[in-house]
Amino acid sequence: MAAPRIMVNVPKTAARGEIVEIKTLIAHKMETGHRMGLNGQRIPRDIINRFECTYNGALVFAADLFPAVSANPFIAFTTVAVASGTLKFRWVDDHGKVSTTSAKITVT
Amino acid sequence: MKRLCVVLALLSSGAVASDKRSGVEYVSPETRALQADDFANPGMLWVGGGEALWNEAVGQTKKSCASCHQDAKQTMKGVAARYPVFDEVRKRPIDLQGRINQCRVRRQKAAAFAFESEALLSLSAYIAHQSRGMPVTPPRDERLWSYIENGKELYFRRIGQIDINCASCHDARAGQRLSGNLIPEAHPTGYPIYRLEWQSAGSLQRRMRGCMTGVRAEPYAYGSPEMINLELYLMNRAAGLPIETPAVRP
Repeated sequence: MAAPRIMVNVPKTAARGEIVEIKTLIAHKMETGHRMGLNGQRIPRDIINRFECTYNGALVFAADLFPAVSANPFIAFTTVAVASGTLKFRWVDDHGKVSTTSAKITVT
Repeated sequence: MKRLCVVLALLSSGAVASDKRSGVEYVSPETRALQADDFANPGMLWVGGGEALWNEAVGQTKKSCASCHQDAKQTMKGVAARYPVFDEVRKRPIDLQGRINQCRVRRQKAAAFAFESEALLSLSAYIAHQSRGMPVTPPRDERLWSYIENGKELYFRRIGQIDINCASCHDARAGQRLSGNLIPEAHPTGYPIYRLEWQSAGSLQRRMRGCMTGVRAEPYAYGSPEMINLELYLMNRAAGLPIETPAVRP
């Protein structure tokens, strides 16, 4: 399948100063590196190790992920609606593959 | 009247409609919350992927599903609630996944998707999602009766080294525990489901194969007539319950 499967939910509008909840979900196998495959060969680790969210360029939330995180990681967090603009989301995995998406918010 | 009796006889093995409880009622509140929130439900990743596939032109014909079926939100409504149905081409029942692959091979002139592939699960999830909330309504098609009867026979056939049948757990002991997990009534209303144990979406056939392996029986092959007949019987048994796709289960 072509595009990475990502879902983010950001409120379309918010009042200035309001605390808004943001939910993100990305499809990723999150292979821990601890599992053995056929013939006892270790399956190499492949996880998303970094998640970042910037709000009009400013980093508002970031997380380092480790092998205990399940497949298809769901990350929800809150931020304060300060101004209309764009939230950018960025996931980086062990292969250096970067997945991004963005969402707009209108602050009144 | 005779037909009605047969239908009633087929359905009477399970509980009556009002007594049926979907598997969602047997899961923890946390899992239920995950299923209820479309932005947290990981099964929605497959639904989203399926929407992209629906509109993707493929095969020698360079046609997408949408080229013939237009907007799935309209045309696929209720489809998952009535499948499996009788297939005129094969002259035997066909399930939703089988129909998707049949369409790919015969109409789009493309290669069939492999069972449990991300693509097949995604398209199935997207199509089944269009029926969410609609009651399971198996077709009143007498050509299906012998297959439903066979599915019922398989459901009650004791298999494996443990020598039990589906009913031993899912009828007789629904609501009790099997190594810490609540045993549900085996109503397949939310497939493809996102199963936390699998860390992935999976089909009803994968789930049934899990049970068969669990009782140490040789599981039926993916797409085998036995699997389709079991699906057929289970959907008849679940008649009236709402479709939940994509359901989340532990």
